[in-house]
Amino acid sequence: MKRIAFRNAHLIDPASGLDAKGGLLVENGRIADVGPRLFNDAEPNDPEVIDCRGLVLAPGLIDCRVFTGEPGAEHRESLESASAAAAAGGVTSMIVMPNTDPVIDEPSLVDFLLRRAAATAKVRVLPCAALTKGLLGETMTEIGLLQEAGAIAFTEGDRSVANARVLRRALSYAATFDALVISHAEDPELVKGASATEGEFATRLGLPAAPAIAEAMMVERDIRLVELTGVRMHFGQISTRAALDVIAAAKTRGLPVTCGVAAHHLTLNELDVGAYYTFRKVRPPLRSEADRAAMVEGVASGVIDVIVSSHEPQGADTKRQPYASAAAGTVGLETLLPAALSLSHNGDASLSQVIAALTAAPARIFGLPGGTLARGAPADLVLLDENEPFVVDAEKLRSRSRNTAFDGHKFSGRVRATFVGGECVFDAR
Amino acid sequence: MTSPSTAPILRSKHLLGIEGLTPFDVTVLLDLAETYVVQGRATDKKTALLKGRTLINLFFESSTRTQSSFELAGKRLGADVMNMSVKTSSVSKGETLIDTASTLNAMRPDILVVRHQDAGAAELLSRKLDCSVINAGDGAHEHPTQALLDALTIRRHRGSFEGLVVAICGDVLHSRVARSNLRLLSMMGAQVRLVAPRTLLPCDADRFGVEVHTNMKSGLAGADIVMMLRLQLERMAGAFVPSTREYFRFYGLDREKLSVAKPGALVMHPGPMNRGVEIASDIADDVQVSLIAEQVEMGVALRMAILDALSRGMS
Repeated sequence: MKRIAFRNAHLIDPASGLDAKGGLLVENGRIADVGPRLFNDAEPNDPEVIDCRGLVLAPGLIDCRVFTGEPGAEHRESLESASAAAAAGGVTSMIVMPNTDPVIDEPSLVDFLLRRAAATAKVRVLPCAALTKGLLGETMTEIGLLQEAGAIAFTEGDRSVANARVLRRALSYAATFDALVISHAEDPELVKGASATEGEFATRLGLPAAPAIAEAMMVERDIRLVELTGVRMHFGQISTRAALDVIAAAKTRGLPVTCGVAAHHLTLNELDVGAYYTFRKVRPPLRSEADRAAMVEGVASGVIDVIVSSHEPQGADTKRQPYASAAAGTVGLETLLPAALSLSHNGDASLSQVIAALTAAPARIFGLPGGTLARGAPADLVLLDENEPFVVDAEKLRSRSRNTAFDGHKFSGRVRATFVGGECVFDAR
Repeated sequence: MTSPSTAPILRSKHLLGIEGLTPFDVTVLLDLAETYVVQGRATDKKTALLKGRTLINLFFESSTRTQSSFELAGKRLGADVMNMSVKTSSVSKGETLIDTASTLNAMRPDILVVRHQDAGAAELLSRKLDCSVINAGDGAHEHPTQALLDALTIRRHRGSFEGLVVAICGDVLHSRVARSNLRLLSMMGAQVRLVAPRTLLPCDADRFGVEVHTNMKSGLAGADIVMMLRLQLERMAGAFVPSTREYFRFYGLDREKLSVAKPGALVMHPGPMNRGVEIASDIADDVQVSLIAEQVEMGVALRMAILDALSRGMS
């Protein structure tokens, strides 16, 4: 029986409200015991003892929005390289998007992903399947069979379904299986060709831009369809106050709606694009400072449930282009936690709130067994020093692609060790 | 061989739907149909009850069993039967339904059997024609003779309807068979359940006094009768359900799903069947559980009873 004892830890478990000094015992990959008094008096009598020296021991992070290149673009990112980046970032579960080549729209492809992950990935890989075949927005996928194969949610990834009739039926069908649908809210016609948010800054730079309301419009439409069909819907990432207000109102009405925000939309605004810095070109584009501040407020108020990396690897070939032609996306698995912690360091949210948005909330939305330090839960853990300075160096990232929006950015907070099912998958102690 | 009395049975000269019939009407029609079951099994199947009368089958949608069933019913009662299959293409010559009706009316038929793709078509014709109109299916509205023949089949096996649990499974949204059966069976005291994915359930289905299930096993649990509906081919390719293999996996009737129904549960299907889509072949062909062939036989008898009943009001 394999046992690991963590002592002198600052235990933070938002799911149970635990925030105290204490210890935690892992047995056979699961949390066997946890509590403030554990190992206080006696040295644990176990083969492996980890003295946390007062560092934070929290549930491993669940990143709800990760794009990889496997299958089809392994030169940008494989499940293996993404999982190494995840482990270094304290992420123990990656929810991966179906926007691969081929698209994950067949039960056999879900099975392929799960087998590849089991063979190559250090962290848990939870595949989403496409909502429509080929992500074409025309015909629904085999939601029941895909769910049986292991798809945990259904989404078009970074696309929206333009046809409301198709979407209505797909959502209705998904509701039959109590499936979770992740929506990407951008009106496809309004944002076509745009690479910035409409406004003074985009005008000065002369960039093709789309109005920020392209997001709220789709959120509003989708929420009407949630009301009609009863489907559970999660908005993968929102970035504007208008969208936040619509979701807040829907939650007040009791609709089964949740949402996420990307770490870069909490920490950067459109001015950070500076002199056409393509590594900060993301989708949806960086927003105004008012919208960024609204996102921070949304996390603090709890209207925004989860913080995601929206990890999207791109090669130099696709990024070193004129701004409008460059691909959108930033890698983010390794910077998710430090970027999110800037909210607690700035006093905008408590440390427990930030960790909840990375652990307990995603576990609740996706119905996962982890995201908690409760007895019996999988021993997915992150040991972190919330105050350690961390200057992002793109060259040192473990991801196969180095397109980080945060190169040179100074954060506080660093992962010291990551455990998946009790196995150490990253160690910088 | 014919029924002893010639007193009118139905208050209306038309049969447009189950709506409008009383439980008493249904019982009388089923009793009358029983006499025609006997006639249909005799060596000489023909009588002269409708001698000299003209029955026109006017089918705007293709049909094999309903049309031939009415044709045979009419002929066994001695009527002259004319089949008019109006393909959509020839209607596109421009004649409206009302004009077609006037033309037919001028031919002085006694009974018009009509099937049309639009809900309310039979109702419209009944207002424009002098003869009796029988609705053989209008859009997704009603198909009363199917529901009556299903009821006849059920009654012959279970004796009565009171307390029977009948699960109607499949494409309820587009099904006139489901709507007529739901009306009739509920009226006769059966407990009806609708089982379908949400994309194939009509809006507010739960307002019809039925249980609605999206999980087939929970819908079939303890059912006495499992009534499968046909899934139209054009609805399988992604618009309402993603594929036939997924549909069969979750909503196709196989041994495993049937095993949760009441022991001895019987299976019905209005036909034509899609084997391997809504029903497994071994169930469709199992004479111990499948009433599908019997439904066809009951169809002729029941339609003879309808023709008999409607003809009694005629002078």
